[in-house]
Amino acid sequence: MEPSGCKSCCAKETVDEGLGMGNGKLARYLLLLAPSLVVWWLVYGMLPGFSRLLTYQVFGVTQGSHLGDSLEFLFYDTPKVLMLLTLVVFGVGIIRTFFTPERTRKVLAGKRESAGNVMAALLGIVTPFCSCSAVPLFIGFVTAGVPMGVTFSFLISAPMVNEIALVLLYGLLGWKVAALYLGTGLFVAILAGWVLGKLNLEPYVEDWVMKIRTDPSVVPADEQTWADRIEAGLRAVKDIVGKVWIYVVVGIAVGAGIHGYVPEGFMASIMGKGAWWSVPAAVLVGIPMYSNAAGIVPVVEALLGKGAALGTVLAFMMSVIALSLPEMVILRKVLKPRLILVFAGVVGLGILLVGYLFNAVIA
Amino acid sequence: MEIKVLGPGCAKCKETEKLVREAVHEAGVTATVEKISDFQQIAGYGVFSTPAVVIDDEVKVVGKVPSKSDVLSWLKA
Repeated sequence: MEPSGCKSCCAKETVDEGLGMGNGKLARYLLLLAPSLVVWWLVYGMLPGFSRLLTYQVFGVTQGSHLGDSLEFLFYDTPKVLMLLTLVVFGVGIIRTFFTPERTRKVLAGKRESAGNVMAALLGIVTPFCSCSAVPLFIGFVTAGVPMGVTFSFLISAPMVNEIALVLLYGLLGWKVAALYLGTGLFVAILAGWVLGKLNLEPYVEDWVMKIRTDPSVVPADEQTWADRIEAGLRAVKDIVGKVWIYVVVGIAVGAGIHGYVPEGFMASIMGKGAWWSVPAAVLVGIPMYSNAAGIVPVVEALLGKGAALGTVLAFMMSVIALSLPEMVILRKVLKPRLILVFAGVVGLGILLVGYLFNAVIA
Repeated sequence: MEIKVLGPGCAKCKETEKLVREAVHEAGVTATVEKISDFQQIAGYGVFSTPAVVIDDEVKVVGKVPSKSDVLSWLKA
């Protein structure tokens, strides 16, 4: 077990070592990556033309027809989104190698509320987080002296503001919607965490959690070369895109069908701005549903395309991802029921607020 | 050699357990492989993200699925 003072010199040694020994591997990776990126860029630019060619020349569909619209959409958006996803997952995979839950835990320990909430929400985006880790992570943060509200900010932002959701929103709906989701997601995480902190809910954590005393330096130091990091990025692509691509394709296909065939304004009556109850309804409907971002974004796109109000749809999406019944069942191991309910209530209210705000502000 | 795979049972934790068992088989060492899903016990090891692997009470990896070559190197050490 190394005392913490040694960590910086050990890391430095590894980097020097890595540059020397791993040089061959790293050089090979870079030689492969550079042209891959160029190819990616070229193919991406050709997609609109390609999709039109495929639909109208190869398949001979009439321009302006429902089928034509749907197919053109399908052939353009499917490769576009998959390519974006691959690039972003790779990039984020590399960024994530710089952040570990242990480091985040050390950074957040002892930070006061407010500043802590903001940092926690931001770190939630870049720290690798598997939802099965929610409980160990909660225990770890709390026992390290991270204020509960700050811990909650992290636990809200980590699953909700994820790169898959952002990429898909950007790819299908443009950068503005993606930026909105990012901004409001962080806002809900910060605000809800802060409020939860103020409510002094420590008594509602299961007793055994507070009794845990462990040696903080038990975990091995993380030494990685750049070649390691690139490999981690590639592994992330294989894991995530490999798991998620089918949802994306199906989702886009459904979206394509709706795009071509469902009349405009169809959703306006149910999820449009006029129906004030649509926002709370969207949040409530989202709670028992759990979907990963890949599944829900195409649905979001279809709803928006047919007249649903942006605020209502954002609220629905956040509720599905952030308030998941399965995760709350898992959290029951460390949180007493009252705390879980308060948690769901506060986050739900935050999402509701975002929903109404957007419906009011976006003309 | 006592190997413990810590994790509540999500896909990554199961993958880690499978990988560890395969590595043990390949390396031909005598080792017990135990899966620990109880959060209290997991926290007791000072581990706060899963999956994690502990060999003879020494924490080897935390928060990600290790590569088989890593596991093999721990078994041979």
